[in-house]
Amino acid sequence: MIGLPAYLILGALVFSIGLFGVLTRRNAVGILLGIELMLNAVNINLVAFARFNGDVAGLVFTLFTISITVAEVAVGLAIVIAIFRVRRTVEADRLDLLRG
Amino acid sequence: MSTTVWLIPAFPLVGALLNIFFGGVIGRRAHWIAVPALAGSFLASCVLFANVVPGETLTTTLFAWVVAGDFETSVVAYIDPLTAVMLLVVTGVGALIHLYSVGYMHDDPGYARYFAYMNLFVFSMTMLVLAGNFLLLYVFWEAVGLCSYLLIGFWYTRPAAAQAGKKAFIVNRVGDFGFGLGIMWIWSAMGTLDYDRVFKGAAELPPATATGIALLLFMGACGKSAQLPLHTWLPDAMEGPTPVSALIHAATMVTAGVYMVARSRALFERSPVALEVVAWVGVATALFAATIALIQTDIKRVLAYSTVSQLGYMFTAVGLGAYAAGIFHLVTHAFFKALLFLGAGSVIHGLGGEQDLRKMGGLSSRMVTTTITTTIGALGLAGLPGLAGFFSKDEILAAAFVTGRRGIWALLLLGAFFTAFYTARMLFLAFYSGPRMTREAAHHVHEAPGVMTLPLAVLAVLTVISGVALGIPSEHGTRFARFLAPVFPVHDGGHGGFAALLVLVMAVLVFTAGIALAWVVYMAAPIRADAIGRPKTVVHALLLNAYYVDPLYDRVIVRPLLALSEFLARVFDLRLIDGLVNALGRSVVVWAAGIRHLQTGYTVNYALTMLAGAVAILAFLLSR
Amino acid sequence: MIPLVSLVTFLPGAAGLALLFVPRRSVGVLRVASLAITLVTFVLSLPLYFGFAGDISGYQFEENRPWMPTLGAAYHVGIDGISLLLVLLTTFLMPLALASAWGVIEDRLKEFMVTILILETGMLGVFVSLDLFLFYVFWEAMLIPMYFIIGVWGGPNRIYAAVKFVLYTMVGSVLMLVAILALYYQYGAATGRYTFDLPVLAQYVMAPGRAQDFMFLAFGLAFAIKVPLFPFHTWLPDAHVEAPTAGSVVLAGVLLKMGTYGFLRFCLPLFPDASLAFGPVVWTLAVIGVIYGAWVSTVQPDMKKLVAYSSVSHLGFVMLGIFTFNQQGLVGSLIQMVNHGLSTGALFLMVGMIYERRHSRLIADFGGLWRIVPAFSALFLVVVLSSLGLPGLNGFVGEFLILVGAFQRNPWLAALATSGIIFAAVYLLWMYQRVIFGEVTRDANLGLTDLTTREWAVLVPVVALIVWIGVYPVAFTGKTEATIEALIAQVEAKASAHR
Repeated sequence: MIGLPAYLILGALVFSIGLFGVLTRRNAVGILLGIELMLNAVNINLVAFARFNGDVAGLVFTLFTISITVAEVAVGLAIVIAIFRVRRTVEADRLDLLRG
Repeated sequence: MSTTVWLIPAFPLVGALLNIFFGGVIGRRAHWIAVPALAGSFLASCVLFANVVPGETLTTTLFAWVVAGDFETSVVAYIDPLTAVMLLVVTGVGALIHLYSVGYMHDDPGYARYFAYMNLFVFSMTMLVLAGNFLLLYVFWEAVGLCSYLLIGFWYTRPAAAQAGKKAFIVNRVGDFGFGLGIMWIWSAMGTLDYDRVFKGAAELPPATATGIALLLFMGACGKSAQLPLHTWLPDAMEGPTPVSALIHAATMVTAGVYMVARSRALFERSPVALEVVAWVGVATALFAATIALIQTDIKRVLAYSTVSQLGYMFTAVGLGAYAAGIFHLVTHAFFKALLFLGAGSVIHGLGGEQDLRKMGGLSSRMVTTTITTTIGALGLAGLPGLAGFFSKDEILAAAFVTGRRGIWALLLLGAFFTAFYTARMLFLAFYSGPRMTREAAHHVHEAPGVMTLPLAVLAVLTVISGVALGIPSEHGTRFARFLAPVFPVHDGGHGGFAALLVLVMAVLVFTAGIALAWVVYMAAPIRADAIGRPKTVVHALLLNAYYVDPLYDRVIVRPLLALSEFLARVFDLRLIDGLVNALGRSVVVWAAGIRHLQTGYTVNYALTMLAGAVAILAFLLSR
Repeated sequence: MIPLVSLVTFLPGAAGLALLFVPRRSVGVLRVASLAITLVTFVLSLPLYFGFAGDISGYQFEENRPWMPTLGAAYHVGIDGISLLLVLLTTFLMPLALASAWGVIEDRLKEFMVTILILETGMLGVFVSLDLFLFYVFWEAMLIPMYFIIGVWGGPNRIYAAVKFVLYTMVGSVLMLVAILALYYQYGAATGRYTFDLPVLAQYVMAPGRAQDFMFLAFGLAFAIKVPLFPFHTWLPDAHVEAPTAGSVVLAGVLLKMGTYGFLRFCLPLFPDASLAFGPVVWTLAVIGVIYGAWVSTVQPDMKKLVAYSSVSHLGFVMLGIFTFNQQGLVGSLIQMVNHGLSTGALFLMVGMIYERRHSRLIADFGGLWRIVPAFSALFLVVVLSSLGLPGLNGFVGEFLILVGAFQRNPWLAALATSGIIFAAVYLLWMYQRVIFGEVTRDANLGLTDLTTREWAVLVPVVALIVWIGVYPVAFTGKTEATIEALIAQVEAKASAHR
């Protein structure tokens, strides 16, 4: 039987990969993908804890997270498209209108 | 009785209001309101005068005015013989001058406005005299100042007139500053401002407090009555119409200071120092102004300085404790000085606005009534034995002599010599010497209409008879003093024997000498216009420029204050205070400009910062 | 029982919001409706005056309803002798301010009317609140409309002035908020009851010391900026010069009074020891303000700036009176607040009238106006005289009572303050002389028209009140005597509780 730590390590790995993606990708779509990975790492943790604690709350949270993720991707991609229409680029580094 | 009292100010108030609000409609008919208002007021004053019971004081309250805690003042009238006499003078002379104005101002565009102001003045002046507490006195003290401001600046398009009006108001305010503080001190010390309670309580005041209060009150009197060092506004006030000068700046308002000091004698008598100051300021002003009057070329300025000088005499009398003599001089002065001003006004009117003595002369044949009446007024001022001024001035000189103040007596005698000289000089130059005006101007010279000469005649009669009727000295004081006896104690004795004779003889001598000298200088040989009032020596220049007091004030007070204000407004306020405020604002901007670079705009940087933050918080939590 | 105070307070704001539904094109409707609203508010506030019993010291027309019970904040309003006159002053001045903007404000008229009506509710709320929380809400809320009035309808430099006004005021208010909370917690810790209710808090006897001093200073700074007490006054000239006439009238007439009102309502009863301890500091600043304001006014080339600086001088008198802690000084201050609202409000109105005609406020651009506009000049004279404290008009009563009160505290200080009346005559009469007297120097002035019917309607009520207060001040002081007496007794009792 695989123990809880293995799930957590998997979650941490996925989270780290996602984080790495978010921090290193320059394309806005890539960043969104990284965020997806990070959210799913959280889902892995939630499901694992739910399974090992015998508690359904984690499963409920996961369902919420998934639905929010969907919404987030939809909005995120919409923004990216809107930006692309205006600026003809989705390179995050070039979107620096907020620079002080 | 109390109705009659309030009628006295009510008539002119109603007149003023009617002319203010309906002046546009009333226009040229303004005098049909103003003059009857004064006549009514005068009649009411006569009724009051006839009903005043010597030795009794009547007070009548209209309504409670300013109340705050135990500070309570009402609109209240205080009536005793002094009030009655003052009211009679104010409304009587006022009525005559109003009548005169009908002629003098007849084609002025501001006819209704003029009569509105004049009525307002008489209202304020009668209220000033009636006031039964110091706060009410102060109110109308300033109100007459306002009317004076308005009337001096009546011909507002003349910059000099507007300037003179403002100067009068501000110099008066300097005096009122002291007066106001004095009133506050009275209340702090005694808890009341009502005359009867203050005068009763004055006896228990500590002398130092009494001195302080009295000197502060006197400061107000100096402002209103143009005494040194606040005299500078009165000569400039001659920019106003001449009847105004006669009423306000000779007969009534300027004497308010004398009235106030005499009225508050209980306070002044508590402080010998204050009385001494009053007397010496009076002497100094009397001489100071008389010397300036010796050489002035503007007929109204001669009279203005003469007024300042005569007010000095009144203050000297009051300061010496000869209150009745001071008030008597106030009354006779009101007659003859109003007469002189109105006479001068008639001359100015006849010459089409000319006020320069250098361009007059020879008017005696062309303006007979004016010449006769003005000569009577001038002789009254100079002190011809038998006329009013002689008796009243003699009372003051005698008071100085019998109280042992020989120094003051001698100085006043010198002043009387100057008075006789400048009065005669003015008279000779205007009426009796050869004409010096242009042929064109001479052609237009005309006598004033009857509405103007009638008041002149009445005042001349008053000048002649009031001295004999009221001022013959006796063992128990003059008749006038006996009438005022309940208010002011009569100094028995002193009016007999060698001393009295000496005073009398010296006064007559000085009068004769002054007239004679003026005759020698101005009448013995024909005089050229450019020889008059020319600064031949340093002394001439000094006197001609009124001792340079105005330039001195300008250099020492006005300009430094203005410069300081400019500095405060442009440098201190804008640069320093506001500069600090703006610097504070800018410092925030500078600081923000420094930290704005943290905001790179790169999403990655934000994510990294978040990560670093999360790690730091985690590390902190784990390390605990 | 009609909740009269709430009605008066909220009517303008609510009706103002209703005006939002009026189409922007209906200019006439907007003007008439907003004027009608302020007039109705004024009429509704009259029963407050007539129904107010002057011999009772407590609050009257009180309304107390729970609002946020868990916080201890309540909707508690009411008026006493102090706020009554200020409420009336506000409701009286607002129609005049609106009428003065009648033909002047054309740009965004609807927004202007709505803003000014909301402002009225904010100001009235400040005066009637008896709950610190509620008070603070109104205090801050009224900033916003004023910010817009200066910033949107102001002169060329309006943004700078508006931002300065708001930031300056904010600095003080934030500190005041801290002090309100400190007081709230201190009272809660001491009694176990957490409340913002002013009458309750006022009963609390706080130990003198650092805590009380700091709270006094925090409240005091907020109020001193609003007054404005020297040296916190520099926002005032900018705000006045840039604000439209209606804004200046409200600013000078009502907003400045909030500062002095705050001292009377909060600082004195809540922090009596600190008030007494800091009294000499306040007098000194007040007297400096009296003289400084007058001197700086003297040399101003711009009439509006001159009047603005004269406010510094006049409110110096009010502050001096408040910190005399005696009946004469306090009654004088209160009446002087009303006087200043009327006289300075009227001065701003008249400067505004002349600005409308000539588009200049520089004294040097005028001269000889009496010949051209006699009625304007005559009324201007009355207003100028009232402002310089001529006896018989309103200004004198207040100033004299204040000076009498100050004289009992410190004669020398009173003497210095009294010199302010000389300088007031100097700067006002000099300005008047240069503008009104003399020959007409500029041809552009020849075509000026005299007062219109609307302007007469604006000025006559003010002048009538100026004369009325001057001649018969008891009608107003009579309503405040008992309140002031109780306030002084309270301050003295609390201050001596520790001795």
